[in-house]
Amino acid sequence: MKTIAKRIYVALIILFLYAPIGILMVLSFNRSKTRAKWGGFTLHWYRALFQNEEILRALLNTLLIALLSSLIATVIGTVACIAMNGMKRRAKSVLMGITNIPMLNADIVTGISLMLLYISLGIKFGMGTILLSHITFNIPYVILSVMPRMKQLNVSTYEAALDLGSSPLHAFFKVVFPDLLPGILSGFLMAFTMSLDDFIITHFTKGVGVDTLSTKIYTEIKKGIKPEMYALSSLIFVTVLTLLVLVNLSPTDKKSSVGTLDSENASHSP
Amino acid sequence: MKSKNKWLSAPYILWSAVFIIVPLGMILYYGLTDQTGSFTLDNITAIASAGHAKALRVSLLLSLVSTLVCFLLAYPLAMILAGVQVKRHNFIILVFILPMWMNFLLRTLAWQTLLEKNGVINHVLSFLHLPALRIINTPAAIILGMVYNFLPFMVLPLYNALSKIDTNVINAARDLGANHVYTFIRIILPLSIPGIISGITMVFIPALTTFVISSLLGGGKLLLIGDVIEQEFTRTSNWHLGSGLSMILMVFILINMVLSAIFDKDGEGSML
Amino acid sequence: MKKHRMYYIRQSAAALTILLSAALCGCSSDKGVNGQVIVYNWGEYIDPETLLMFEEEYGIKVIYDEFETNESMYPKVESGAVAYDIACPSDYMISRMIQNGMLSEINYGNIPNAKKNIGAQYFEQSRGFDPENKYAIPYCWGTVGILYNRTMVEEPITCWEQLWDEKYADNILMQDSVRDAFMVAEKLNGHSMNTLDPAELEAAKNLLIEQKPLVQAYVVDQVRDKMIGGEAAIGVIYSGEAIYTQKENPDLVYVIPEEGTNVWIDSWVILKNAPNKENAEKFINFMCREDIALMNFEYITYSTPNVAARELIEEEEIKNSEIAFPDLSQYGNLETYVYLGEDGDYLYNELWKEVKAY
Repeated sequence: MKTIAKRIYVALIILFLYAPIGILMVLSFNRSKTRAKWGGFTLHWYRALFQNEEILRALLNTLLIALLSSLIATVIGTVACIAMNGMKRRAKSVLMGITNIPMLNADIVTGISLMLLYISLGIKFGMGTILLSHITFNIPYVILSVMPRMKQLNVSTYEAALDLGSSPLHAFFKVVFPDLLPGILSGFLMAFTMSLDDFIITHFTKGVGVDTLSTKIYTEIKKGIKPEMYALSSLIFVTVLTLLVLVNLSPTDKKSSVGTLDSENASHSP
Repeated sequence: MKSKNKWLSAPYILWSAVFIIVPLGMILYYGLTDQTGSFTLDNITAIASAGHAKALRVSLLLSLVSTLVCFLLAYPLAMILAGVQVKRHNFIILVFILPMWMNFLLRTLAWQTLLEKNGVINHVLSFLHLPALRIINTPAAIILGMVYNFLPFMVLPLYNALSKIDTNVINAARDLGANHVYTFIRIILPLSIPGIISGITMVFIPALTTFVISSLLGGGKLLLIGDVIEQEFTRTSNWHLGSGLSMILMVFILINMVLSAIFDKDGEGSML
Repeated sequence: MKKHRMYYIRQSAAALTILLSAALCGCSSDKGVNGQVIVYNWGEYIDPETLLMFEEEYGIKVIYDEFETNESMYPKVESGAVAYDIACPSDYMISRMIQNGMLSEINYGNIPNAKKNIGAQYFEQSRGFDPENKYAIPYCWGTVGILYNRTMVEEPITCWEQLWDEKYADNILMQDSVRDAFMVAEKLNGHSMNTLDPAELEAAKNLLIEQKPLVQAYVVDQVRDKMIGGEAAIGVIYSGEAIYTQKENPDLVYVIPEEGTNVWIDSWVILKNAPNKENAEKFINFMCREDIALMNFEYITYSTPNVAARELIEEEEIKNSEIAFPDLSQYGNLETYVYLGEDGDYLYNELWKEVKAY
C-alpha cells in the first residue's frame, strides 16, 4: 500500500516535469504552423528539418559550445577544487563566494557585463566569446559537484601511494582521480545542460551569423516558432532518452559504458 | 597534498578575476554613475519608487512561495528516491536533468498550451465533466512556472544529501526506541540541512531574478523585479538604472550566502 | 572497471573529433568572389531563398544576423561589437540612430531600384523620422489595429474605445510594449502618440490603469496564437499578422480603429562604419527589385512598399486586400513614431512601469 502511494507520487511529479515535453512532441507532428490549432498529422517538419541548413548549423554550434565549454570548465573547476581543498578556511570561503556569483546573478547582468568586458579588451565577437562566457558560468556547477567528493576523500591513501614511491601526478591519477570521478562527471553533465539551455548570455556575447539553437528560437518569436524546432527538440529528447533507457534497463548489459558511473557510485557511497 | 598544490588555484583565480570580478566591477561602475558618468546613488535609491518597490515585494513573495512549494514537493520525493538502489543514482539524476535539454522557452510556451482556457488540461477536464482550471494569466500560473522550472534544482541536492545518510545511523536510532517521527526530526532532517540550504538557494535566487515566466504565464499583469531589470537593459537601454537595481538583488544574494555559511558550516551542500 | 572507463573516454573523444571537424568545415569562411556583406535584420523577416539568389548573382557572401526587438538591436550596433553593414530597424529607432550619427547617407545613384519601385507615398511617410529621405529605404510597413473574433463579440469592433468596454472583461489582449500601449490610450484621448505633454501622458496612464482589470494579458508575439486559438475576443496586433491569422481562423477580422493609429515602417539603412558599403548598396538594390520584393512579401506577409512588386501579385484577393494594402487616405489621425530622446523615453518607461506595477 505504502509503496503504491510512493509510486503514484513519483509518477505524478514525473508527469508534471514531462507533460510540456509531451506537448512539444505532439506539436512537432502538427500540420498547422500555429501551436493553437491541430491541423492534422504530418511528418513534414521532420523532413524540413533535415533540409534546413541554418537549424542544423545552429545545432552543431550548440553542441560544440556545450561540449567544449563543459570540458574546459570541468578541467579548470576540478583543478580549482583540488587547490581549494588545501587552502585556509577564509581564503576558501571567499573563493567559494566568488564562485557562486555567476550562478546566482541574473543572466542578463552576467551577459551584459561580459559583453562590456570583451569590448574593452578588444576581443572579436564570435564562437570564442560565447565559449569564454559559457566556461565562466559552467565552472561553478563543476566546483559545486566536485567539492563534496573532495571532502569525502581519504588523504591517507594518497599519502600511502607517495610513501610507496609513486610520483605525485601518478598518485593523483591512480588514487584521487577515481574517487572524484562521479562528482566530475555529474558536474560535466550539469555544465553541458546549462550551456545547452542558455539564451541571454549567448545573445549578448555572440558574434554575427553565429547562432545557437536558443538564439535561433528567440529570433523566431516575432514570426512564430517554426515547427521544425519542435521536431528537432523531440529528436534530441528521444535520442537521449533512448540511450538512457538502453543503458540503464537492459538486464544483460548492466555494466557497460555509462553503467560504470553506477558502479563508481556504489563503491563510494557509505 | 596540502600547501604544495597552492599554485593549482592560479588558473581559476585568474579566470574568476577576469571573467567574474572585472565584469562585476563594471556593473558597480554603471550602477553608481549616471548617463554623464558622474557619481550618483539615484540608481540604487530608485528601488524606493512605488513601482519598483512593489515589483520587489511581489517578486520576493512569489519566489518565497515557489521555493516553499518546491521544498514541500521535493522533500518526500527525495526521501523516496533515496530509498531506491544506489545503482540507479545516475539514472535518477538524469531523469530530473533531461527536461532541461529542451529549450526553456519552448517548455514554458508549452505550459501556455496546457493551461489556456481552451488548453489541453481544460479539454481533459471538460471531457471528464470536471470544472475548468482557470489559472493562466494569474500569479498562480507564475508560481507553477517557477516550480516547474526550478524543481530539479531542489530535488537534486536534497536527494544527494539524503542518499548520503548512513542507514546504520537510522537503524541505530530505531533500535534505541525512536519512532518514525522522532527519527525524522532528530536524525534525517538535521543531516539533510546542507542539501536543504543548497536547494533553497538554487530555487530562490533564480526565481527572484526570473523574467520570461511572468510575461508568458502571468499575462504580463504582474511586474517582477527581474522584468524591470531586463527591460532597463534590453528595451529602454538605461543600463545605469538596470545595474543599480541589480546591485539591490545582489544584496539578497549576499544575505543568502551569509545564511548558508551559518547553517552549512562546511559548505557541504551540493547539487549532485 | 578500468576498461569501461577507457571505453567511455574513447567514445567521448571520438564524438568530439567528429563534431570539431564538422564545425570547422561548417564555419569555413569562403568570402565570396566579391567579398561579403553583413546584414542585421528582424528574425524570420526575409525569404532565405533571396539571400542565396543574391550570393549567386553577385558573388558576394551574405553574413546574416537576426534580432528580436529594435531595443536589443541598438546596443549591439552601437557597441561596435560587430561591424554590420546593413540593418533594418523601425522608424523611431532610425531617427534615434540618425540623431546619434550612426547611419551613412544613401547614394540613390547606386540603388536605382529604390526610387523606381518603391511608392513615393512611403518615402513621404518616412519623412516623419528621416526628413530628407537621406538614410532609410522602406522595406516593410503596416499599421497597428484591432483583431477580433466575430463569434465572440456582440457588435463589430471599430474603435479603441471598445477596449474599455466591461462586456469584454478578461477577453482583451493588449500589446506589452510601452509605445504601443500608450499609443492606444493617447489616440483614444485624441492626443498625438508622440506627445511629451505631462498632462496628456498622465491622462493616458490613468486610462491604461483603468483598463487593466479588463485585460486578459499583456503580450507581444502571443497575440497571434491566442487569437487563433480563440483565447480572447479582441487583441491589439500588427497588420502583418492579420492575413496569416485569418487564414488559420476565418472568424478573425482586422480593423484600423476610427481614432487613428500608428503607421510603422521598417527600412534598410547603411551603417556609418559599414566595412562593405558598395556591397551593401548592391544588396539593398537587389532587395528592392520587384521579383525579390514579391518573394519576400509572399514569405513574410507583411505589406511591401514596393509598388512594382504589388503589381506582380497574382491572387487578386491579396493584391487588392484592404488589410495588406489599405488606402491610408481614408483614415484620419495616422502617425508614425518618432524618437523622443533619452528623457522622453525615460518618462514613458516610468509611466508604463506604474501601469504594469499597479
